[in-house]
Amino acid sequence: MASAAGAAPLAATDPDETGRRRGRTGYLLLLPAALWLGIFFVVPFYSLIATSLFDPSGSDAKGYDMTYHVANYWTALKHYGKPESWTNLGPLLRSLWYGAIATGLCLVLGYVLAYAIAFKAGRWKNLMLVLVIAPFFTSFLVRTLSWKLILADDGFVVNTLQAVHLLGSDGRLLATPVAVVAGLTYNFLPFMVLPLFASIDKIDHRLIEAASDLYANPVKGFFRVTWPLSLPGVVSGTLLTFIPAVGDYINVRLLGSPNQKMIGTVIQQQFTEAHNYPIGGALSVTLMALIVVMVLVYVRRAGTEELL
Amino acid sequence: MSQVAEASSSPTPSEPASELADPSSYDGLALRKLAKHFGAFQAVRELDLDVPRGSFFALLGPSGCGKTTTLRMVAGLETPSAGSITLAGNDITFAKPYQRPVNTVFQSYALFPHLDIYENVAFGLRRRKQRDVDAQVREMLALVELESQARKKPAQLSGGQQQRVALARALINSPEVLLLDEPLGALDLKLRRSMQIELKRIQTDVGRTFIHVTHDQEEAMTMADTVAVMNGGVIEQMGAPTELYENPRSTFVANFLGQSNLIEGQVTSRSSDLVTVDMHGIPVSVPTGRAHTPGDRGWVGIRPEKVLIGDEGEQLDAPGNTIPGGVVSDVSFVGVSTQYLVRMPWGQELQVFSQNTGRHRLFAVGDKVELSWRPEYAFLLDAAQDASAGAQKMDSDG
Repeated sequence: MASAAGAAPLAATDPDETGRRRGRTGYLLLLPAALWLGIFFVVPFYSLIATSLFDPSGSDAKGYDMTYHVANYWTALKHYGKPESWTNLGPLLRSLWYGAIATGLCLVLGYVLAYAIAFKAGRWKNLMLVLVIAPFFTSFLVRTLSWKLILADDGFVVNTLQAVHLLGSDGRLLATPVAVVAGLTYNFLPFMVLPLFASIDKIDHRLIEAASDLYANPVKGFFRVTWPLSLPGVVSGTLLTFIPAVGDYINVRLLGSPNQKMIGTVIQQQFTEAHNYPIGGALSVTLMALIVVMVLVYVRRAGTEELL
Repeated sequence: MSQVAEASSSPTPSEPASELADPSSYDGLALRKLAKHFGAFQAVRELDLDVPRGSFFALLGPSGCGKTTTLRMVAGLETPSAGSITLAGNDITFAKPYQRPVNTVFQSYALFPHLDIYENVAFGLRRRKQRDVDAQVREMLALVELESQARKKPAQLSGGQQQRVALARALINSPEVLLLDEPLGALDLKLRRSMQIELKRIQTDVGRTFIHVTHDQEEAMTMADTVAVMNGGVIEQMGAPTELYENPRSTFVANFLGQSNLIEGQVTSRSSDLVTVDMHGIPVSVPTGRAHTPGDRGWVGIRPEKVLIGDEGEQLDAPGNTIPGGVVSDVSFVGVSTQYLVRMPWGQELQVFSQNTGRHRLFAVGDKVELSWRPEYAFLLDAAQDASAGAQKMDSDG
């Protein structure tokens, strides 16, 4: 009955048969992605959780014993999760903090840009969208390395800032939080702009006219109509920016210094340099759990549950 | 030859300027020499218009005639290229939309999808920080009979309900002028009829000025007390619906409002009350007040339902204008009336709508008939105008 309701006028085929076939097609279409995720996400994820519970006495060479050593998490958090002081937050909180600042900057820059492309660009709309994506034609590493040149100690930016005394004569940008956040903002901006554009572009211009007809000046009209209608883009844009920004370690490696060490750097070092797999695993799982919780709270607060 | 050589032969007659009120003391809406062009395209040309306070005013015209542009200029959504808009003595030509006491019911309704019905209706009050929003919103929702839908989102309502929300959302602000941009266009015929009556009732209740833009001549005539027919960015003619229908001044109005038979003729004499026209050899007369051509040639116009049809030699109740020699070429029986096409000796087919009163037999194709009409129903239009202007479909007299 339920399956027949959707398959209306094809009287020749048995409605039940049609429904069953449609269900089977649906599963078949899901299969490739499900397999992919199964092999490359579910299995590694399980293995990561297992790793995080291995006994710390093991090593790369000797192998690890599974002892459900939950204390790995306390060890990891004690070393990397605890803020040292107000100025030194420790890798975990610092990552969240840098990620939040970069996301905020991306939101401001990206919203203005997406709004301009959607409403003001006219026939240049497509060209401008291509320009937003254009940086992806070169590698992430190359793009970040060029920021190293831009922010270099004897570079144009530093010289100019020193000339106007915004920066002391021995001041620098490289190896400072400014450089790291700038790199994060730059690298993740397109992930903010594109969902924002998709949302803003869909807004019916007549709604803004209607708001203006109903005594809303442009500022009120923006906050009462344009902004709420663009919220789905804001939510997906901030998620697409915040999540990778928090876990990023390339920007710190190339533009920062050990003082700006982020959690991604630590995890990478635990696995590839310290060969401390259980701690690396515990940090990875902690980061993932933290992000999932934050995203859930955020999406609920933004009132756009339909995104999940 | 021509007796009134000084008169303009422009194909677009407009109201003489002397009939316009002084905008600074006029309590209604006054448009003066209002114009709007988009690039080289003249959407509205030098429009002069007075809309009396409290009237139900219709701007009627085909799509692209400039009526919506005019409406948008009054709403402030479009900046005039020239001219002025004065409302109750205040010049609002360049006032922002949110600064003028004018609200619009948009063609697509433009309801805010993220707000429920209640908040949609309350929007204007809240922006102006009004008190007792709740009481006003409830009263307005009651007026449009949507109290029970207050907490639904616009997408959950039917087209007719959305239309009423759009009306309530505009009307709650008690605008000096309410603008309606083809608000019934998206509704089906039955719903449209009932909304027409509803709108008219609400307008009478609240006593506000309504300006209704539409391309539906029936809608304009049934609802409005004054209709302005627009074409090509100018107002062709303005007046009460009956006046426009009975005494059109241009072929466009004659064809756009209802249907007309337009027959070529030569003016043979003009007296103070009658103009005599030679119509393919048959003398007919038209009252001077209904003759709108300055030259000696013109279109004799007569509405199909004003034409009487009878057998050859039959005395019809229409002294003055009898046209013999017709042959019925098409008959369509529509129940309440019968529509004939009658081929005249000069080759033109005239339309005749005959009420099925039962007092006359039905004619068949091929019957020889005589047509006649009372002179006071005929009108005379400028021969320089296109006889098919404004016609909804190809007329047989092209």
